[in-house]
Amino acid sequence: MIEITARYFAAFRERAGRDTERLSTTARTAAELYGELARRHGFADSMTRCKVAVNDELTDWDVVLTAGDEVLFFPPVAGG
Amino acid sequence: MSFKITSAVIDPETRKHDLVREAAGACVTFEGWVRDHNDGEAVQALEYEAHAGIAEKEGAKILAEVRERFQILAAYCEHRVGKLAIGDCAVWVGVSAAHRGAAFDACRYIIDETKARVPIWKKEHYASGATGWVNCATKV
Repeated sequence: MIEITARYFAAFRERAGRDTERLSTTARTAAELYGELARRHGFADSMTRCKVAVNDELTDWDVVLTAGDEVLFFPPVAGG
Repeated sequence: MSFKITSAVIDPETRKHDLVREAAGACVTFEGWVRDHNDGEAVQALEYEAHAGIAEKEGAKILAEVRERFQILAAYCEHRVGKLAIGDCAVWVGVSAAHRGAAFDACRYIIDETKARVPIWKKEHYASGATGWVNCATKV
C-alpha cells in the first residue's frame, strides 16, 4: 500500500464530486490506479483517450507510482 | 514563439503585431469562435478549463516542432479559459514566414496539434439547460 494524491479535471472532477483526494492504494502503476478509480467513480472514458501526469509532468500510463506522488487524471481533451 | 492560456479577451490586432518581421512576406492567422450549435444541439455558451502549466508546456513543444518542420519566422497561440459567449474568440493562432506555404502549413499544424494534445476541456451549455463535456464518455 502506498499513499498518493489523485487530482481530477473537467468531467472527471465533476463525476467524482471533488478535485483532489488522498488515497491508499495497491496499484503499482498509473494505469492500475485509473482502473481502480474508474470503477469507484464511474469514469467511462477509455484510458487510451485520456492522459495522466505525475507531479505535473505528462507521462505514460505504465509509469510506476511512488509514495507521495500527485497523480493528475485528464479526460479526453477538447481545445479549440 | 509563445503559447499562452488566458482568461482575458484575445485581441487579434495586438497579437498580430507581435508577428511582424522585416523578412516576413506572409502572415496566416486562425481564430476559433464559439458557435451556436454542436452535433445537432443548440449551444448557448461554452466553458473552457485547462491545466495551464502543463498546457503551456505542451504548447511550447508544439511551437518548437513547428519551428523545426517549417520555414517560419514567428508563431503564437493563445487559448481562452472560463465562460465564453457565442461569437467569442476561443483560440487564436498566428504565424509569419517569408512565404505563404510555410505560414499556412505551420498554422494548421499548431491548431490541429493543440486540439489533439493540449490539456484543455470544453463544456457545452445547451439551450435545454443541460451541459456536456465535449469528447468525453464520462457523464456527470
